[in-house]
Formats: sequence, C-alpha cells, structure tokens
Amino acid sequence: MNRVYLDNSATTAVDPRVIEAMMPYFGERYGNASSLHSFGHEALEAVSIGRKQVATFLGATPKEVYFTAGGTESDNMALQGVAYARKEEGNHIITSSIEHPAVLETCAFLETVGFEVTYLPVDTTGRVLPSTLEAAMTERTTLVSIMHANNEIGTTQDIRDLARVAHDHGALFHTDAVQSAGKLPLDVESLGVDLLSLSGHKIHGPKGIGALYVREGTPIKPVVYGGGHERGLRSSTENVPGIVGVGMACELAHTYLDVDISLMNQMRDALIEGISDTIPQAVLNGHPTERLCNNVNMSFAGVEGEALILSLDRAGIAASTGSACSSKTSKASHVLLAIGLDQALALGSLRLTLSRMNTMEDIAYTIEKLPAMVARFRAMSPLWKEE
Amino acid sequence: MGFEFNENVIEHFENPRNVGEIPDADVIETVGSPVCGDMLTLYIKLKDDKIEDIKFKTYGCGAAIATSSLFTELVKGKTVEEALKVTSDVVVEAIGGLPEKKVHCSLLAPDAFKQAIEKYRAKQ
Repeated sequence: MNRVYLDNSATTAVDPRVIEAMMPYFGERYGNASSLHSFGHEALEAVSIGRKQVATFLGATPKEVYFTAGGTESDNMALQGVAYARKEEGNHIITSSIEHPAVLETCAFLETVGFEVTYLPVDTTGRVLPSTLEAAMTERTTLVSIMHANNEIGTTQDIRDLARVAHDHGALFHTDAVQSAGKLPLDVESLGVDLLSLSGHKIHGPKGIGALYVREGTPIKPVVYGGGHERGLRSSTENVPGIVGVGMACELAHTYLDVDISLMNQMRDALIEGISDTIPQAVLNGHPTERLCNNVNMSFAGVEGEALILSLDRAGIAASTGSACSSKTSKASHVLLAIGLDQALALGSLRLTLSRMNTMEDIAYTIEKLPAMVARFRAMSPLWKEE
Repeated sequence: MGFEFNENVIEHFENPRNVGEIPDADVIETVGSPVCGDMLTLYIKLKDDKIEDIKFKTYGCGAAIATSSLFTELVKGKTVEEALKVTSDVVVEAIGGLPEKKVHCSLLAPDAFKQAIEKYRAKQ
C-alpha cells in the first residue's frame, strides 16, 4: 500500500544526513561538553559547530543562540524569562488568540502569578493587524509574543511591522518560528525580533532539541536552574547529538531554502486546486496567499474530521484535523474558532502539511482518494444537503 | 492521536450497515449536534412491536459510525423491549471493545433509540 505522509507540521522525517552527523555522538564521542579532557573537547567542538549552524540559519551570532529541549521549552523560556526579568518595569504581556499551546498555556500560568495578558483577535484569515496591536499596547507592556506562522492554518504574520509597534512602545518582541523555519526566510535582523523559538523535529532534525534566539542585551531570567550551562540561561548537560542534529538540519534548511519553498509551493497549490476542483463546497481555511508553502487546511461541510482522518489513514495517507495536540478532545480548534468558522466546519477541517520529502505523486494519490471519502461521509451525514 | 481500533470496528466503519433514511418511518429521532462533535439521526419502522427496519445517518467519528452500525444490526428484528436492553455496554462488548476515550461514542445510538421509543409511545 502507498504510504503518504502529509502531517509534516506535526513532525518531519529526520534527514539521513542529519542522522549520519549525529551517530558518532551516541557512540565514541560521548563526552560531556563541560569536561576539561579531550572527550569533553570533542563534544564542546560539536556543540560550537551546531551553534554556528543555527546562528547562520537565523542571521544571528552564535552567542545569541541557546539550546533547549524543543519549541515548547523555547517559548516557555522566552515568555517566563522576559516577564520575570522585566517585572519591575511592567506586568503586561500581549499575544494572539491563535498561538500554539506552548505560548497560550505559559501565558495562562503567568496570569496566575500576577501578570496581565491580552490575547489579540485575528481577522478571518488569521492575521494580526498592527493597528490591533498598537491599540493594546500600554505603558506596562514589557513583551509581545506573536507566532511567525500558524501551525494549523499556516497563516503568516508581518512580524517586522508587529515588532516595530512593540518596540515603539518599549516592549520586547518574541516570535514562535517553529512552523516557519525551513519554509520562510528567518533573518532575525530583517524580522526585527528580540527572541525567536525554533524546534529541531519540524525541520527534518531530531526530537527533543530546539533553540531560543535571544538578542544580545535582552533582559531574561532562566526557567531551569543548575550547573550554569548555556551561559547560565538553561542549565542541563548539553544534548550533544541533538545539537549536532539540529545544527545540521538548520544548515540543510538554509542551503536548500529557495528550492524547498518552490517545491512545496507547487505541491501545495496543486493540492488546493485538485481538492477544490473535485470536491464541492470545500473551503480553504486561512489566508489565500499569506500562508506557509507547506500548509493546506480545508473544511468540508457535513463531514466530521476525525472520521476522515481514519479513512485517509486506511488508505495510507497521514493527515490531521485541528492540531495533533488538541485532537484527543473533540473540541473544535481554538484557531479555527478564532477565524470565525462555525463549530461544524471547524470539526470538519483537514490539515495536510508538506515537506521537501513529499512528491507530486503523493499529491496525485491524495487527490485521487479524497473525493470518494468526503462523498461517503456526506452521504451518511444528517448535516449534508445535496445542492 | 493513534487509532487503536480493532478489526471489527474498522469493518463496521468501512462498511456500515443500515445507513440511510426510511421515507415512511414511524419515528425519527436525532441526538447530539455538531456543537457536541457527534450527531445521529435514527429512522425506525415498527411492526407488531418489533423493529421491522432501522436506518441511521451520522455526523461523527469512526467509533460513532461503527457502533451505530452495529447497534442497528443488533436491534433489527427484535421487540422494542429487547432492543431497549441493547445498551452502550452491550454494543462495546459486541464490537470487541473500544479505546477508553472513544467509549462515549457508543452512547449515541442507544440514546437515540431510547428517545425515539419514548417519542413514539407518547404519540400513541
């Protein structure tokens, strides 16, 4: 049976070149990067190369790159770290209503310890308007956190404009770039951000490793205390194989960015067109143009998403509905509700996300299989009326 | 999320029995709504206190489709009193078990059936 993986926003396959680079650090080069002997030096050397690779990918300097255990930890560090470091200056944080739970739940926690959080609404395409941010800024606002691209609907934000608004009011700006990495240029200078979160496993790197970019001079406190690793910001013995892996993943993403984007754009557009041409009343969720090159999110009236995922899975196609994190509960996605979808259309959403490892054959196979599945569910749906 | 469904569930999901409408149904009942995430409409035709025919339509997940299908199969031809004893526990056991977080889906059809019968009896 064909196996087609279209859930690359959940995780990606590790690139064989990444695996190859990592392998020695599970084996003979097992040293602790903090040790003074040659075993330690080998590890430290690898960590320093990894840091340079991530820095180059982001247009940053190596000392502005801090390794973490993943995107969620990076988001936690950025929000909690800056909130606490600047709490004498203010207790107000601004974010958007469509952030990943890593940001939303951290904000919810910060609210319980005396911080105030404003959750900005988005328009029907999922965009945060700079004017909306401007209106929410106060003298007490110390940090604004808005994701570069949304994990469910793929809508991208004008981070540069939003960061400028934050800076005009004396606030720092963090962006969660977990989904945009490898799909959009990520230059911290042109984005104008102070902090940026990155994850290894979304860019064909390993799981359990991520990075936080922190602009030099940014006030930030640690969340994890201990032996003072990562210049005191994130204690924990360096995950050397992980760092080597995320470093190589960033290097590959950087080298092939233009080719990857153009390939994914082509597949995405073919998928949207193929689905729209063959399935009546298929609605594209998100923004028509300001969206990630790897994201397709569509709703089919009268169809329940989870049943569709099961049918696709039976045909060997891996996809998701809502976000992979929230689909254990049958609640509609907070992102789809925020862009104004009614509950039924939100529950009937299908997310197909691509990577550079997909092919046009994958797209053709999906377009071949999907219409009959949607038709089958509609035929048994009390909500579907044939026009 | 991982679909840990057994072959029985998958078989009913892929080939559900008794899907559709009964134009001259004696009673039609709907439970759930798109807001709950699951919705089921039952069409029932009764003859001499027996379920002569039963069909369903559903907007629901795989487990909802499979258990509704099996429910209609179990009650067809039974008397109303026998059919009322086909609870969600009976359905789950007959289908060979469901993942814990999917057990609630098996309530749809028995609930709809119970309500349908109450509605039918109130009309008589």
